[in-house]
Amino acid sequence: MNSKMWCFGKNLQGLSVNLMTDERKVIIDEVELQVEGSMTLIQACEEAGIEIPRFCYHERLSIAGNCRMCLVEIVGGPPKPAASCAMQVRDLRPGPDGQPPVVKTNSPMVKKAREGVMEFLLINHPLDCPICDQGGECDLQDQAMAYGVDFSRFREAKRASDDLDLGPLVETHMTRCISCTRCVRFTTEVAGGSQMGQTGRGEDSEITSYLGETLESNLQGNIIDLCPVGALTSKPYSFTARPWELSKTETIDVMDALGSNIRVDTKGREVMRIMPSNHDGINEEWISDKTRFVWDGLRRQRLDKPYIREDGKLRAATWAEALKKAKSEIADKKIFGLVGDLVSVEATFAMKQLVEGLGGSVECRLDKAKLPSDNRSAYVGTALIAEIDTAKTIYIIGSNPRDEAPTLNARIRKAWLNGAEIKLVGEPSDLTYEYHHCGTGRKALKDLIKGEALKAGDHESLVILGQGAITDEDGLSVLAKVMELVEKTGSKFLNLHIAASRVGALDIGAVADGEINAEIAKADVIYNLGADEIELPQSGFVIYQGSHGDRGAHNADIIFPAAAYTEENGIFVNTEGRTQVSNRANFAPGEAKENWAIFRALSEELGDSLPFDNLTQLRKLLIGLYPDLERLDEVPFNEWKPLKVGKMVERDFINSISDFYLTNPIARASSVMSDLSANAKARANSKLAAE
Amino acid sequence: MLRRLHPDQPESFAFSPENQKWAEAQVTKYPEGREASAVIPLLWRAQEQEGWLSRPAIEFVADMLNMAHIRALEVATFYFMFQLHPVGSVAHVQVCGTLSCMLSGAEDLIGICKEKISPTPHTISKDGKLSWEEVECLGACTNAPMAQIGKDYYEDLSNQRFGEVIEDLRNGSAPSPGPQNGRFSVEPSLGLTTLLAGEGDRPSTNESVSLAEKFNDTIKKIDGSEVNLSVRWDKQ
Repeated sequence: MNSKMWCFGKNLQGLSVNLMTDERKVIIDEVELQVEGSMTLIQACEEAGIEIPRFCYHERLSIAGNCRMCLVEIVGGPPKPAASCAMQVRDLRPGPDGQPPVVKTNSPMVKKAREGVMEFLLINHPLDCPICDQGGECDLQDQAMAYGVDFSRFREAKRASDDLDLGPLVETHMTRCISCTRCVRFTTEVAGGSQMGQTGRGEDSEITSYLGETLESNLQGNIIDLCPVGALTSKPYSFTARPWELSKTETIDVMDALGSNIRVDTKGREVMRIMPSNHDGINEEWISDKTRFVWDGLRRQRLDKPYIREDGKLRAATWAEALKKAKSEIADKKIFGLVGDLVSVEATFAMKQLVEGLGGSVECRLDKAKLPSDNRSAYVGTALIAEIDTAKTIYIIGSNPRDEAPTLNARIRKAWLNGAEIKLVGEPSDLTYEYHHCGTGRKALKDLIKGEALKAGDHESLVILGQGAITDEDGLSVLAKVMELVEKTGSKFLNLHIAASRVGALDIGAVADGEINAEIAKADVIYNLGADEIELPQSGFVIYQGSHGDRGAHNADIIFPAAAYTEENGIFVNTEGRTQVSNRANFAPGEAKENWAIFRALSEELGDSLPFDNLTQLRKLLIGLYPDLERLDEVPFNEWKPLKVGKMVERDFINSISDFYLTNPIARASSVMSDLSANAKARANSKLAAE
Repeated sequence: MLRRLHPDQPESFAFSPENQKWAEAQVTKYPEGREASAVIPLLWRAQEQEGWLSRPAIEFVADMLNMAHIRALEVATFYFMFQLHPVGSVAHVQVCGTLSCMLSGAEDLIGICKEKISPTPHTISKDGKLSWEEVECLGACTNAPMAQIGKDYYEDLSNQRFGEVIEDLRNGSAPSPGPQNGRFSVEPSLGLTTLLAGEGDRPSTNESVSLAEKFNDTIKKIDGSEVNLSVRWDKQ
């Protein structure tokens, strides 16, 4: 919380109530503090360092006030306890002589009230804890320790209810539901769905999806975290682990280019689940379903030993054999490196050092996006992701943010709910909010710039550019044109990438001079570092280094098995240019090695060792060359350098993602993701049939 | 009571032309973007027209107000005044079973419903004409026991009179509503004891009953033609 917003009593002498900000004094449990009048009591208590038990209240959702667990006593107020989540500080009555209102959170009345609420909540709650997946991380369990009684006065039959089918991700046990409605509020407010609701009333009220519909959102996994009890649990994770036997590692997601902060929970060598962790500047506390449920892909299709192609067939080999073979193929040949979408800056750097040392070059712009690597204001932009919240006009060019960055899309929706106007140029699709569709192609972009009345300085605005718009041969001109729109409207600019590795790779200049296909054609040996989204010609010798047996590995001549994103430490720079570090949560399977180590080993085999023996030395070297990478969790300021507008062809923009659930080798290896992809296709088809 | 949609649903729903016009006028009472505020009046009119709320009716109203279907379903399942199951083709009898009425014999009235209509509430009688339920207080305690049938209150019911009312309904006529024991309205049952001045020239029935007789809409399925739409809410 903002430390400017409050101060404690002893500092208050001489401070009058500030009318501009409507600050109020309030005494909470004998601590006097000054808070914004519009704050709710539960927030004020948090400022005072007092935790109020709650089930329905969630700071990122609207206030429901229906669980009644957060009751507090207001001295001199109404004689009954008040729900602190739904009462604002400014609504408290001062004392007879103008003393600040007094709130008590630990009086006998409060304790009795909360015990009463807890007893009611437990009336219909089954004694499932030993067989419930939420056990050990359950709000109800924890709070029952403080406010529960050890016996039940309820002799009647407990409520029975039907379980819902919400699809392949969220398992329901509706007998455990305490009707907090967090899931309903999340799906309607944040995710923008319209399936969930609460029907009936009183004892018979039930959380339902409309007539058995399954959830459609790609943020639905978040309701599992939101559910304070075990009513909504994770289907893929069900009954596989207990929270206390998991080791938890805070790290960074690579499924999209946002760099969402996640927590990877592992048991032994296996990743058991992935949870979001809070980062107000990036993902708030949400993550997409792909980020959350992709972990079963980390176990399937893994490359766990080196392979060599002999007589047209791949055979397992030892590292020594594979490295020797690679050496004989590389020697004195023209080599070209491809940087995949999921690799860290260190791996990219190690490959760049190796390949450029051999006289070759590397390229990270596999989708042919025309990003000028010498102009950070063009390939990253100038906006923070958090600035979407306050923007009043948002232009989306050639992008479907719902697929390309679901949590970012939730932010755009939040801005839209706060009254922002959204304008889209490109393929129209359901983005969960209304937008003005300006057209589909270059012409619409030109017309938008011509006709746009918004001028610099009018109000906050933001331009989001999708990679699909700049992959054609005139991509640089489109980018320049978009930057013209940015200048004209005085907007901030966010270049929305879809590959987690892209910005970091551009930052360290992992780009070739020529066009990627020409470079591939020229090269004798292709060093493919986890690039599976690109079609390679059949001719030429290919060394594939990656974690999964996907497209890239299938036409490789040598395969080096490498660690996936949870299995090594790495630096990632996200789409807004923020540098973050991911941490190793588990170990790579079999003989797979960390990416940088493979390059180090190969360089030694080639007789010219790279100048680092461990990751720390590598990072030192890297940061020496690119000092911005040292500034962790910071977004450097990018000086605005406009581009020269060239000629544009007349064509429509095509979004870069066609199937949200299958965008990378890990997701393609995941059976959960293929289920989701099939469901999404079936749903799209049935919608077409209905129309 | 667990309220769910009825398993057998009609194919479609549409307001009658006059009701449609009425509903559109209702929507204009609310500011732009707040059309959903009209959900209760519209659901109610749909029920008045059909007797009960079917799934197509709920979805029709939701679509008309540009709200998600689930939001309209939440409202329809919350209020017990919305019938989610089909009701008798002639009338749905709602017997008050709360304190005053119960003390004055509501349990006997319910017994008569069980005998003359169907043994269980919310069940259509064999001839398809009637159904019944017990409801909470309808606020006519001075005239207990009472029942609401269609749009009107039948008050001061004796067992015999209630039986006659049900038989009349079955034969297609709605008896005059209001107190069934000769009372004018809520005065003492032995006659006025105060405010005697205007007693001689009062009309034969109270205002509520007069209106019911004038429009004759007690058990009518409302199609919007009963009262002219005279008020303009839309911005002029």
